[in-house]
Amino acid sequence: MSDTIIIIPAYNEEAGIARVVSDIRTVNPDIEVLVINDGSFDRTAEAAAAAGAIVLSHNFNMGYGVTIQTGYKFAYEKGYRYIVQIDGDGQHDPSFISQLLAPVRNGDVDFAIGSRFLWFDSYRPSFSRRLGILFFRKLVTVIIGREITDPTSGYQAFNREVMKFFSTDIFPYDYPDADMLITLNLAGFRIREVPVRMFANPTGKTMHSGAKPLYYMIKMILSILVTLLRNRQLYRR
Amino acid sequence: MTIKQQVFAILISLTVFIFTIDLVRKKRLREEYSLLWLATSLAMIILILRYDWLLALTKLIGAVLPTTTLFLGSIIFLISLSVQFSMRISKLSDQVKDLVQENALLRYEFEKSTSVQTVVSATQSRKSEEVT
Repeated sequence: MSDTIIIIPAYNEEAGIARVVSDIRTVNPDIEVLVINDGSFDRTAEAAAAAGAIVLSHNFNMGYGVTIQTGYKFAYEKGYRYIVQIDGDGQHDPSFISQLLAPVRNGDVDFAIGSRFLWFDSYRPSFSRRLGILFFRKLVTVIIGREITDPTSGYQAFNREVMKFFSTDIFPYDYPDADMLITLNLAGFRIREVPVRMFANPTGKTMHSGAKPLYYMIKMILSILVTLLRNRQLYRR
Repeated sequence: MTIKQQVFAILISLTVFIFTIDLVRKKRLREEYSLLWLATSLAMIILILRYDWLLALTKLIGAVLPTTTLFLGSIIFLISLSVQFSMRISKLSDQVKDLVQENALLRYEFEKSTSVQTVVSATQSRKSEEVT
């Protein structure tokens, strides 16, 4: 058994999930692939299983954060040492998995996050999206005192220590991005950004549409604020 | 406060009090949620019966009319109730989250073990067929 597992959260990804899973398996044939089906209405689970992934299914749609945490809990329970987390919509180029994993595997850092802005030919998100990312980039950089260019990236790799930490209630499962990095930093984990290639979302589907970006921004600022106000004891591991 | 007002207010408070007790008695309302209701309706009854207390309280908080004090009291009650519910809902969401996750993990284990069993029983039946 490999000591690494790749986890893919998926919600109604029937059309693309098989492709994502088989692409990953082509690049990393010896790494286990886990798809967590977040209560999809379509045949995401069957498609993923047919492509050779382990599939876990939620009874109903619980959201992105809960879905990835299910993956962490599974990986921790099964004794995996490393997790690579990648989106199910084909935005993240799977050929970067080994680069992302390298600093975690050789013990340089506990948590590696893929940055689309550090790689020369990643796609550039829309202006408004970039504005939001820029805002959180500045905020996170100021709070944790180190440059983070892509704090909202879902392309990540980390070790068992982080897995254990994220399996507890401390994990911000509403929107786990900027405040998750701050939480990690408060808990004393070593974080590093790794350049990765990201493509534009092929399905055009996004978590952030309509009035949601504004709600997201406000909620994230609030989460960051309470993360900072929280008793430091909570971050002891 | 006129007698009419007093009778009306006491009737309402008493109805709320008795209705709440009845719900708890029939197990349709849990004790922990009934406390706020009971406390508020009791406070209302006391303040109506001891009108001088209501006047003193009105003076204390700087309101002009005693009815303002009663309204303020009921608004504070409603807000506390909403906060209590929000807290409870947050806790319930957390519990639902944990259950869904655990269910996903257990279902995986279950399906894995049953599929292994089917394979095992299939091989066993094939073997027994070979024997016979």
